[in-house]
Amino acid sequence: MRAAVIVFPGSNCDRDVAVCLEAAGAQVDMVWHGDTELPSCDLMVLPGGFSYGDYLRCGSMAANSPIMREVVARAGTGTAVLGICNGFQVLTECGLLPGVLMQNRNLNFVCRNTRLKVARTDTPFTHLYAEAEEIIIPVAHNEGNYFADDETLKRLQGENCIAFTYAAGDNPNGACLDIAGITDASGRVLGMMPHPERRAEAALGGEDGRRLFASAMERLA
Amino acid sequence: MKATIYISLKNGVLDPQGKAIENALGQLGFEGVDNVRQGKMIELDLADTDAADARNRLEAMCEKLLANTVIENFEIHLNDAE
Repeated sequence: MRAAVIVFPGSNCDRDVAVCLEAAGAQVDMVWHGDTELPSCDLMVLPGGFSYGDYLRCGSMAANSPIMREVVARAGTGTAVLGICNGFQVLTECGLLPGVLMQNRNLNFVCRNTRLKVARTDTPFTHLYAEAEEIIIPVAHNEGNYFADDETLKRLQGENCIAFTYAAGDNPNGACLDIAGITDASGRVLGMMPHPERRAEAALGGEDGRRLFASAMERLA
Repeated sequence: MKATIYISLKNGVLDPQGKAIENALGQLGFEGVDNVRQGKMIELDLADTDAADARNRLEAMCEKLLANTVIENFEIHLNDAE
């Protein structure tokens, strides 16, 4: 698998996610936000961080950066996309995923492990998890409160687009339907607030995140 | 031509910051304050001379970047046209 990690000014999880992808066996290219050409790849990754200092709205400036035109075009032809945390915010701002990530309901930056339920396993990112399996992945965000209108939420449920939910009683931000991560209808675009790259080896306290990269490696190679 | 754009959260969208401001005002002894909603104001200068053109361009700017219309409303004020 060849993966392109897009690096925005203010990205800070780009190296971590590259390490996880390489550990899974992928060849990784780091691509600067100002570039206009993407190398040929099977997966595009929008990493966590604070792109453009979160100016205006989280992810809004990054969504309009030069490389994103190419990312959106490639996604349209079926190349898989993974957006983690700030990357999820960018995916909603650029329209690849619906809804928006609002400020956490309690107004606090939340940085802790969360218990997640895997809600969709027929995607290139989640097929190595079991349906309804509970996993532990950390979150670290101030704007992770997923919001969409009722019609959109119904559609997400109807099209099986909810990939991860926070386990009962463990919603850290007030997200609608306890949503932690969603996909497009095809399952090839995944946006999630929790950071699988921060819990992908035993030395980091657990390996639940590793299977996400292993899944991608199996399905997108 | 100067323009001012007000961006506010749509009705029904939770505004935790507005709520926090409302609580703080109550704690400071300001009674009878309800429904506090906060938002953004953006000022800019435009080279346009035609107000209708300017308004069209500002609407496009709001749709594309300045507001997230999933949760936000925008209101455009053209200062020279008033």
